[in-house]
Amino acid sequence: MFDDFFIRALVAGIGVAIVTGPLGCFVIWRRLSYFGDTLSHSALLGVTLAYSMEFNIAFSVFIISSLIALTLIQLQKRTNLPGDALLGLLAHSSLAVGLVVIGFLSFIRFDIMGLLFGDILAVTVDDLLIIWIGGVLILLVLKLIWKPLFASTVNYELAEAEGLNPDRAKAIFTILMAAIIAISIKMVGLLLITGMLIIPAAMARNISSSPQKMVMYSIIGGLLSVILGLFSSLEFNTASGPSIIAASLFLFILSLLNIKQSIKLKN
Amino acid sequence: MSSNQNILVKLNEAGFSLNNKWLVRGVSLQVEKGKIVTLIGPNGSGKSTTAKIALGIYKKIDGSVEKYTNKVGYVPQKISIDWTLPLRVNDFMVLTESLNKETIDEALSLTGVIHLKDKNLGDLSGGEFQRVLLARAISKKPELLVLDEPVQGVDFTGEIALYELIKKISDELNCGILLISHDLHTVMSATDHVVCLNGHVCCSGSPMDVAKNNEYKALFGEQASQILSRYEHRHDHVHTSEGEIKKN
Repeated sequence: MFDDFFIRALVAGIGVAIVTGPLGCFVIWRRLSYFGDTLSHSALLGVTLAYSMEFNIAFSVFIISSLIALTLIQLQKRTNLPGDALLGLLAHSSLAVGLVVIGFLSFIRFDIMGLLFGDILAVTVDDLLIIWIGGVLILLVLKLIWKPLFASTVNYELAEAEGLNPDRAKAIFTILMAAIIAISIKMVGLLLITGMLIIPAAMARNISSSPQKMVMYSIIGGLLSVILGLFSSLEFNTASGPSIIAASLFLFILSLLNIKQSIKLKN
Repeated sequence: MSSNQNILVKLNEAGFSLNNKWLVRGVSLQVEKGKIVTLIGPNGSGKSTTAKIALGIYKKIDGSVEKYTNKVGYVPQKISIDWTLPLRVNDFMVLTESLNKETIDEALSLTGVIHLKDKNLGDLSGGEFQRVLLARAISKKPELLVLDEPVQGVDFTGEIALYELIKKISDELNCGILLISHDLHTVMSATDHVVCLNGHVCCSGSPMDVAKNNEYKALFGEQASQILSRYEHRHDHVHTSEGEIKKN
């Protein structure tokens, strides 16, 4: 069944979408879009290291992204620079270092476009295992920290005062972000992973009235984006990442139409 | 003083500084089961800071805090909720603890906002939101309630009703309450212990003791002192709609 590259891509994409749905909601609620970008840019460094040391890509990306996230937290404590400047600093310097390292690896054939924008042909059965096992783990951990994470997203002091330990939840969530980027990099490509996190969740925000509904619609939106995107990628011979993100943009625009209609109904 | 078992939270010479400036220092107080401790003081005197020290929100503090309960309900003075979250009153009620429907409904009815249950939190008025905050804090049947100006923005009749509710909750749940309020009239009638802050504890004791204290008089003026002592006979006046007190 997994012999066909397209089936593999579809199964991988579905796995990714189920996990990016709920995580994406938190990215929007906690205003972490640029944090996601920084982590995914640093993923390039992880990929090049994986190639040079013949290491598993997802694992290497996970380690590097986690390190970058920890560095960011330390820098925030020790400097007076604003958060967005630190994010930009880390994002671009890790991207640059990654590209420089690629230059040194001239002995390896590198599909840099596939790396940046995703490549459905590249998804192997091993990748499927990583995506699904990693994905289930991410969702389980997210379920465990859901209450403190959500409560502190609404209001940090309430969560802290009522004994929910929001700092621990935040640290664990940061690790989960690094993990989702690591497992989805092959599908979506490192330039567009944040899009996969944000756009379906943004679409869901437009049409939902409660946090649970938003998570559900975000997952459904992600799944539809993957299916639509992959089929059009096959049809028009385009890279898988941009096709999936373009599909999610299409769904987002549809959700805006829905808002206009409901406003009309109210009037 | 009652036995140690009744103590819910105790501050020993506690203080907190931010950017090398003391917000409050040298505060010692304790909240016991069934007792209402009120913090009063002018703006910037460290009332909210003291509450946050007691709650453990501020961690790098001077002195020490001993907290003997984890069942805490908190109504903060300022709450910045991001309205990008689709959050209904019902979702907000179960934010820090899962509750069944009856408990939620009962708490919302007590504070008079049951009809807002399915409304979006962002659509509430200031006073309505304050009632929801109070309902959320009492619904989990806490042992310690920390209420930082719990009735701000609530209409006049509602204010009295809510203070009566707070007193009733304290009696029924036998929980300890740390209350912050500017309203000397309404609060004092129910308070067991008053701590008057002005960057430090300027005086403390029963409402009557504090009212007689010279430092208190210097801080709030002679009139405030009379307000407190009047609560010895709490039904000898009426509140006019202008907020004044008229003797019967």
